[in-house]
Parts: sequence; C-alpha cells; structure tokens
Amino acid sequence: MPEKVRVATASLCGCFGCHMSLLDIDERILQLVELVSFDRTPLTDIKTIGECDLGLIEGGVANAENVEVLREFRHHCKLLVAVGACAVNGGVPTMRNQFSLKACLDESYVSGVGIHNPGIPKDPEIPLLLNRVHPIHEVVKVDYFIPGCPPSADTLWTFLTELLAGQPIAFPYTQIHYD
Amino acid sequence: MGGPSVPEIQGFVTESLGRRGRAPEHLLQHLIGVQHRFGWVPPAAVESLAAQLDVTRTQVRAAIAFYAFLHDRPRGDFDILFSDNITDRMLGNQRLLALLAEQLGMGPDETRADGRVTLGLTSCTGMCDQGPALLINGRAVTALTPQRVDRIADLVGQGVALDHWPGEYFRVEDNLRRRGLLLSNPVTDGAGLRKLVDLGVEPALADLDRSGLRGRGGAGFTTALKWKFCREAPEGDRYVVCNADEGEPGTFKDRVLLTSYADLVLEGMTICAAVVGARRGFIYLRGEYAYLLPHLESVLARRRAEGLLGESILGKAGFDFEVAVHLGAGAYICGEETALIESLEGRRGVTRKRAPYPVIAGYKDRPTVVNNVETFLAAARIVQWGGYWFRGEGTDQSAGSKILSVSGDCARPGIYEYPFGTPVHRVLTDCGAERTQALQISGASGTTLTPADFDRIIAFEDLSTAGSFMIFDQSRDMFDMVQNFAAFFAHESCGFCTPCRVGGSLLHNLVEKVAAGQASEHDLGELRQIGAVMRRATYCGLGSSAPNHILNTLDKFPDIYRRRLRSAEYTPSFDLDGALAQARAIAGRDDARAHIPDTPPQPPEAAV
Repeated sequence: MPEKVRVATASLCGCFGCHMSLLDIDERILQLVELVSFDRTPLTDIKTIGECDLGLIEGGVANAENVEVLREFRHHCKLLVAVGACAVNGGVPTMRNQFSLKACLDESYVSGVGIHNPGIPKDPEIPLLLNRVHPIHEVVKVDYFIPGCPPSADTLWTFLTELLAGQPIAFPYTQIHYD
Repeated sequence: MGGPSVPEIQGFVTESLGRRGRAPEHLLQHLIGVQHRFGWVPPAAVESLAAQLDVTRTQVRAAIAFYAFLHDRPRGDFDILFSDNITDRMLGNQRLLALLAEQLGMGPDETRADGRVTLGLTSCTGMCDQGPALLINGRAVTALTPQRVDRIADLVGQGVALDHWPGEYFRVEDNLRRRGLLLSNPVTDGAGLRKLVDLGVEPALADLDRSGLRGRGGAGFTTALKWKFCREAPEGDRYVVCNADEGEPGTFKDRVLLTSYADLVLEGMTICAAVVGARRGFIYLRGEYAYLLPHLESVLARRRAEGLLGESILGKAGFDFEVAVHLGAGAYICGEETALIESLEGRRGVTRKRAPYPVIAGYKDRPTVVNNVETFLAAARIVQWGGYWFRGEGTDQSAGSKILSVSGDCARPGIYEYPFGTPVHRVLTDCGAERTQALQISGASGTTLTPADFDRIIAFEDLSTAGSFMIFDQSRDMFDMVQNFAAFFAHESCGFCTPCRVGGSLLHNLVEKVAAGQASEHDLGELRQIGAVMRRATYCGLGSSAPNHILNTLDKFPDIYRRRLRSAEYTPSFDLDGALAQARAIAGRDDARAHIPDTPPQPPEAAV
C-alpha cells in the first residue's frame, strides 16, 4: 500500500469556518483518511509540522505569529493552498485596514464601550499585530486558491479528491458560485 | 479671500445655461465652464445644474469625480499640472517640479496653505516635442527650463494674472519637419466641397472608396465603408464626430492639424455630412488643447461667413451642417469612440458595448461617423484630388501617407509625414536619432521595438500605428518607461470592468515592487499572467492594450527586470518587519519576538 499523503492545516486570522466546512464532508472523512494522514492541524491538535505534501491555510495574515506559522507551512509543504475568502483576499478582518492600528487598539482596549481597566496589552507573549491584514499570497508563494466564505464541503471534497487523484481540478458551477 | 457667493455661482450657471443650452448632454460643458470660472465646482453649482438640467445630483458628482480636470474642492488660484509622460520625464520634468515646489515653499502635490497655488502631475499633454510642459489653469506652457520655472515662481508669488505673463511661455510650435501628401499644402478654398456640390455625393464616395483610405486613429477601418453604413442607415438624424481627444501618450499630430489645417479638417467633416446626410457635427477636443478653442471658433465663424458651413452650404438648398466644439476634461478613455460619445452626451466617459457600433447607434443612439482628425483631412483632399491621387503612395493594404508624432531622444522632434511602406530606420535617420536603443510606437498602448525591428515598415500590414514615435537612446533605462506607463494605465482606467480596474493596479503594484528591488522571478510570472488575462478579458481596448508595454519589454528587455530582482524564488509583497513598526511603538517592545526575520526558513531542496 502506498504511503498516505500527509496533510497539514492551520487557521490564521480566520473564524475556523473553513475548517468547519471541511468537517461538513461528514462521513466522507472516512474515505479521506484512507487516502491521507493528518500532520499538524487543529483536528489532531498536533502543534508542530513535519514534512507534508499538502498544506491548507484558512485565514489571512494579521500578526507576527501568522507570518511565522505561514512560513513554516510553506517551508514544509510541497503544495500550499489558500482556503476561503480570508486566505485569498484578507476577507472580513481587512475591514480594519481602513483605520490605523492605533485607532483599532484604542477602540478595543481604551475608549470602547464597557471597558474596565483600560490599556493596550503589552505582554511579550502576545504576538504583535501587523499594520494591515494581508492575504497569504503577499507573504509566501501559494499554489492553489479556493474561494468561498467558506468554500462548501462539496467544493473542498472536489478539490481534495481530484488533487489526490492527480487530476486537473474542475469545479462544477454550483460549487463556485455564491449568489 | 472668501469663496464665491451662492448668488454669484447661481448667476454664472444661469448665464452658462443660456449660452450653452439646457439639455442634459450639456452637463459636462457647463461643468468645465464652472471649473474654469471658479477654479472648482462649488456645491451650489452642483445643486443648480442638477435642478435645471433635470439630472440627478449623483450624476453631476459622478462626472466631477470622473474627469481629472474637474474638482469638488477649491484649487489654488494658480492650478499648475506638470505633464508626466515618459518624454517629459526624459526632459527632466520631475526635477523642475521639485524646483518649483521648493521655490513656492510647498510639496509637489498639494495646494499651498494660502490657496494661492496648487501643484500636481497630469497625463501627457501632447507637447512631447517641446517639453517639459505644464498646464496652468488649463493653459499650456511649453519648453520649461530652470530659468522659466524661476520666473513662473516669481509671477505666481506676485499674483500676476496669466494674461500679463510673457506670451512666449504659451507659444506652441508646430514643428512640421516633413511634409508629404497631405501636409505639403495647407491651403483650401473649399474646392473639395465645391466639387461635391457640383457632381453630387456618389462620385465623392466612389473616390473615397477608390482611395482605400483607412481610419487614422489606429484601428484602420475602411473609411468609405463606415460612411456608407451610416448613409444607408434608416431615416432620421445622424451625426459626424471628429475625434480630437488625442490622449495617447506621445501623440500630438492632431494638435498641429487643428492649428494649421483646421479648414481642411472641417471640410472633411462637411463632406462627410453631405455623404451620410448629417446636419450636426462635433469636434471633441481634449481639455489639454482648450487653448485652441478660440482659434477653432474663429475658423468656424469664418467658414459660416464664407458659406462653407451652416445653412444652404455653397448655396445648395437643404445642405445644412453645423459644427460645435465640445471639450474634454482630462480622461484618456474618451479617445475610445464609445466613451467619447458618452462624454459628448454629458456623462462619464465609460465605454459602451460594441456592437452596435456608433455608425449604427452612436450619439443619442443615432447613426454616427466618428473619425480621427487626420482621416477627415485626408478625406477632404481625396474628394478634391481623387482616389487615384491618394493611392499613388503607400502599400497594397495601406494607401496614402501617415503623419507621425516624433519625440524623445532625437535632434529634431516634431511632425513627420511619410508614405505608408516607409521603414522605421528612415524615420529615425531623418529626425536625427542616434544610438537608438528602443522605439515605442503607437503610444503607451503600442509596441516596443528594438533595433532588430527597424527594417520593418509603417503599414497596417506590418507596423500599424496611430502615429506616435517615442525614441529611447542607449543612455535610457527602459524600466523608467514601464514604470511611467504602468502608473498611467492604473490611473486612466475608467473603472467599469474588473480585469482593467484591478488588473491595471496589480500590474502597477508589481512594477513598483520590481522598482523597489523587492521582486522575484515569481512576480515576473505574475506580470505575464495578469497581462494575458487583461488582453483577453477587458471590456474595451484600453484594458486589453494596457499590459502591452510590460509584455513587450519582458520579452525584449528581460534584463531591465532581472537585474532588479531580489531573489529567484519568491519575495513578499511588503516589508514584513516594517509592518510591525506601529505595533512595536504602541507596545513599547523591541524584543526578538517583536521582529520578523528577513529570511524565512529555506526550502528543503536549497539545504542540500
């Protein structure tokens, strides 16, 4: 039996919706694990990444840790995929890009409604935020982009099965239209 | 100073409505008038025009936002825009702008706090053979030197009205260097028109057909066919439009034709009107050439007095034709014929879907002939002297001559007319170009040629050109041209279709990344891919030709990109560590984890 394809996933600045959508493939996950084994992913709770064939990234790049994780994935994965609107375009979190970082932090930690003990956190354990939120292809090279907020389970299923079968990836129209 | 009062603004608008007309299609002309009078379009003018022309406020504001020469906030009393074509840059416009800004004690792209003066850049103003050039309150100043800039700073500082500035500053030369078939004789006594009236329309159309004349704006559609389509359209109004938008960077022949050959151009339009049965025509004059307006109006008035225009032309009952000059307001896209028609109708210059072509449904959805200035000029002579006369020069598929606008690195920039079939090297020799590295023909949207191409000929079947020749000698870095054109197309996209609006910006960003020495081989691949998508997917020709300069130079001058690359692999599109600067300052941190190292982990292959 050939060695299984190793897959890692991560959620950067996202909402985990794309991971939830992946889980929405339901019982097909049993077929999936016949073909793949999971490395670092929130699904296995493995915290460090080994050499992988495929990396799936949800979410955009908003802080120093996102950059670090993304670079590690690029370093260890043969193929890297931007999954969902935030990874592809930055998505909802980029709404903060029209304000300065200072204004965002002030609103959240200093002057916003219902704040007790105001003050912007300065603990070195907390990753620093980037001035703006970026799509992942602005930080590393990306091989595939799957749009959607989130991409449906069927879309992800089509992508994974066709990729694993070594086929050119072609989505039925219903899987990539969103209105 | 205090701005204009509301009654003053309303008074001006009322007067303008009386003079220019009250139809919605007059909106743009009113806005240009208001802008000229007050230096901006105040809210009271927006309200007043919206109410009296029966258009929405949003339409008025959209027009102001669209056209670069209309402003919704006050500009300085002296509104100075430096032409920023690559030819202006080669002549040192950036240095002169910096010099003027320094002398005026302000930045190069702002309005001075006292409201006296605004500085900025604008797309090519069509003075490439006598640059660097600028526009001041819409009037062209040419041949800028540090001395001239010094003096301008003084005049602005003293608040001297433009009418009292030295006249030589506003002098625009024709620089006619080589006259051929069309330019050798500017004189007309209406002979073509007389012949048409004497012999009738059919022989004129036959001569035009025989001549093989093709449109001179670039696309090269057969003129006789276009006029025939319009002539055969169902009954009703039709229109003749002379496209004098000439926005293509590096092109300035139409300016010269309208300066010194305006009678022939108008004669061509009038002949066209007779052929197609039009009673009204327009010259769509780019805003940069607004200084030509009094001249054109006086030629129109004289022709009316001579019976060559107006009612019963040359005494022939029923041969009525009137021409109005419409001004543009700084929008390259309006050179595209459907965008031009939208603009003539007073709206933003957003292109229409073709088909139907304007010749079927153009101005006010009526059959409309839109031709280039040079095409009308040629048509007038063809009707006068015959189709065979014109055919006597040129090649099989390209009859007659082509008028070229030559600029850049040569001893004698200016206007050159050659028979079609002339090789490129002949033009370069005649204009005194030496050590030529590259030639950009047909403007920013055209083709980049290297010396290997210089034996090719000017003709629709080989090098089709709208007439712009920008020459670069070996001292130039061709990447400067790429940077200039990429910014130009990102700015001039009308914004209607995504491939052009977004694609143009993506190309611009990537070119800037290359310029900053931050790009990788991957980015060059992206340039090619985005360029290929734009060529196929944009709505009109502006977008599909916008990546030409990049795709051409990637092939022909790969080294201008390669030598700027930071890595063969991939580089981020922004400075990662720099992007943490604000957060570091806010948190007061400078520990190791408050920084992002420059080099990411190396890929496994590289470690071997």
